[in-house]
Amino acid sequence: MSGCGDDPVTLSGRSLHPGQANGVVLTLDEPLSFWGGVDPRGVIVDAHHPQRGSTVAGQVLAMRAGRGSSSSTAVLAELIRSGHAPAALLLAECDAILVIGALVAAEIYGTTLPIVQLAHDDLARLHTGTRAAVLAHTAPLAASVIATSR
Amino acid sequence: MPGDDGLVLTAEEQSMLAGEQGPATAMCMRLIVGVARANGAERLVPIESAHADGCLYHGVAGLEFTERLVSLGARVRVRTTLNVGSLDLLHPGLVRADPEVAENGRRLMDAHVALGCEPIWSCAPYQSGHRPTEGSHVAWAESNAIAFVNSVLGARTDRYGDFIDIAAGVAGRVPYSGLHLTRNRAAALVLDFSAVPAALLDDDVAWPAIGALLGEFAGTRVAALTGLPGDLNDGGVTEDRVKALGATAASAGGVALFHVVGMTPEAPTLDAVLAPEATTVPVTAHDLRRARERLSTAATTSLDAVSLGTPHFSLSEFAALARELRAGPSFSSSVDVFVSTSRAVLAQAEARGYADTVRDAGGRILTDTCTYVTPVLNDGIRTVMTNSGKWAWYAPANLGIDTVLGSLAECVASARAGTVVRDERLWG
Repeated sequence: MSGCGDDPVTLSGRSLHPGQANGVVLTLDEPLSFWGGVDPRGVIVDAHHPQRGSTVAGQVLAMRAGRGSSSSTAVLAELIRSGHAPAALLLAECDAILVIGALVAAEIYGTTLPIVQLAHDDLARLHTGTRAAVLAHTAPLAASVIATSR
Repeated sequence: MPGDDGLVLTAEEQSMLAGEQGPATAMCMRLIVGVARANGAERLVPIESAHADGCLYHGVAGLEFTERLVSLGARVRVRTTLNVGSLDLLHPGLVRADPEVAENGRRLMDAHVALGCEPIWSCAPYQSGHRPTEGSHVAWAESNAIAFVNSVLGARTDRYGDFIDIAAGVAGRVPYSGLHLTRNRAAALVLDFSAVPAALLDDDVAWPAIGALLGEFAGTRVAALTGLPGDLNDGGVTEDRVKALGATAASAGGVALFHVVGMTPEAPTLDAVLAPEATTVPVTAHDLRRARERLSTAATTSLDAVSLGTPHFSLSEFAALARELRAGPSFSSSVDVFVSTSRAVLAQAEARGYADTVRDAGGRILTDTCTYVTPVLNDGIRTVMTNSGKWAWYAPANLGIDTVLGSLAECVASARAGTVVRDERLWG
């Protein structure tokens, strides 16, 4: 893992769903639809997606926005249930479809998948393969992402 | 970007959240409030009805969530109709679901009924007796139904989906945000069709093509469409066209609201819906041709099946199909023909003889579900013709099938001929 000796960068964002997670960053070049775009093991299978073949399971998944069907809610909840969900979601645009998946999983499985909204510029400072620690509070809706630099 | 939690709840809503109206209501309110906080909503808004699509099986989590609500004693507090499930409960031989989907899909449908939802099992609830009044707030799921209820009926829903739809039905509330707010219903984009020949716009195929263009240009933005003919009170022809338009736009671009100027209720004039600094895009016949071709992936004219009724066939669509079939030959034995509809519309089509006309020609009628969300088509089927832009959009990826988009008349002619027949004179 690169960047161990570098100063980490701290990004402030807005919590969309509370939780705490650590993991390796996977940044997506395009929005991803979980429904039809991710298989049951968390592998990206959308034939048109630039990161096809990457796995989202256990990663700190950074993408501009969610995309597509509202059925992505159920797919995300199912990935959380089966242990193949991302460790955290970092988005530039609020996506209620994904927030609901995390809310439902918290209700019925007691899991916490933090979802954080970052400014577009801050999201662009994150790079695949670096480590990130994500902390999202319930209120007053603050969140932070501490990431190692490249 | 960090914002304050400005959400204000009424005393009634606080009571619901605190569990004073039972644990199921409290759980549903936690979901609604969680989304409201994420959206930055300042309050919730009561809804008059809901349409839930969580009854289609996507995995164990959805089933466990719904059965948890049942075990907690949940009941919907507003009228809540149900979208398609994974099974055709009336014609069980038509769906070839694997044992898990058959078992859990049935349990999921049963659990939704146990919550007090109306089992209409249709993606076109607006043509099965559920038509909210203009200006009312509702919580609808299913992208085509969202587009229709917002655009054609002028009721107000945001984009809802699994879990939040049934939670809204139980809580009777949704966040006051998104398309519930007047300011978010203005058109940021105008698509002008006045340069497209009238004869082209009078072909049914033009309407899913318009929808594909709308989805492409608008994405998730609200658009106004000018220069389109039609009257929503003409007995169903225009309504079915706009239904096809909206379903395709919702699939191709995430459109949840559009205005057809001079036709849909919020747009008597362009000025009534125009946002400041809206941009106008002139649409040409060439653009429509390109959109039509995008919805047709098949390279040959060989044909294995025809799929009609996505969204579910209306009574007026059945009437048009029966007219096409009258006094003509049956379908080719080499082409499987499916019509998906709701059980309510099927009952009306039976009473008028339309259903028998379809069956006599060799067609099969599917209810409660749809041919692109559950296994209905035989494994050997490669090329399918459809009059549905939504079906044509999803089938290549979902089912690995090549599609040909055609009008109802072209679908019938092709099913009879056993090969793709399209009238290219208008489109050449």
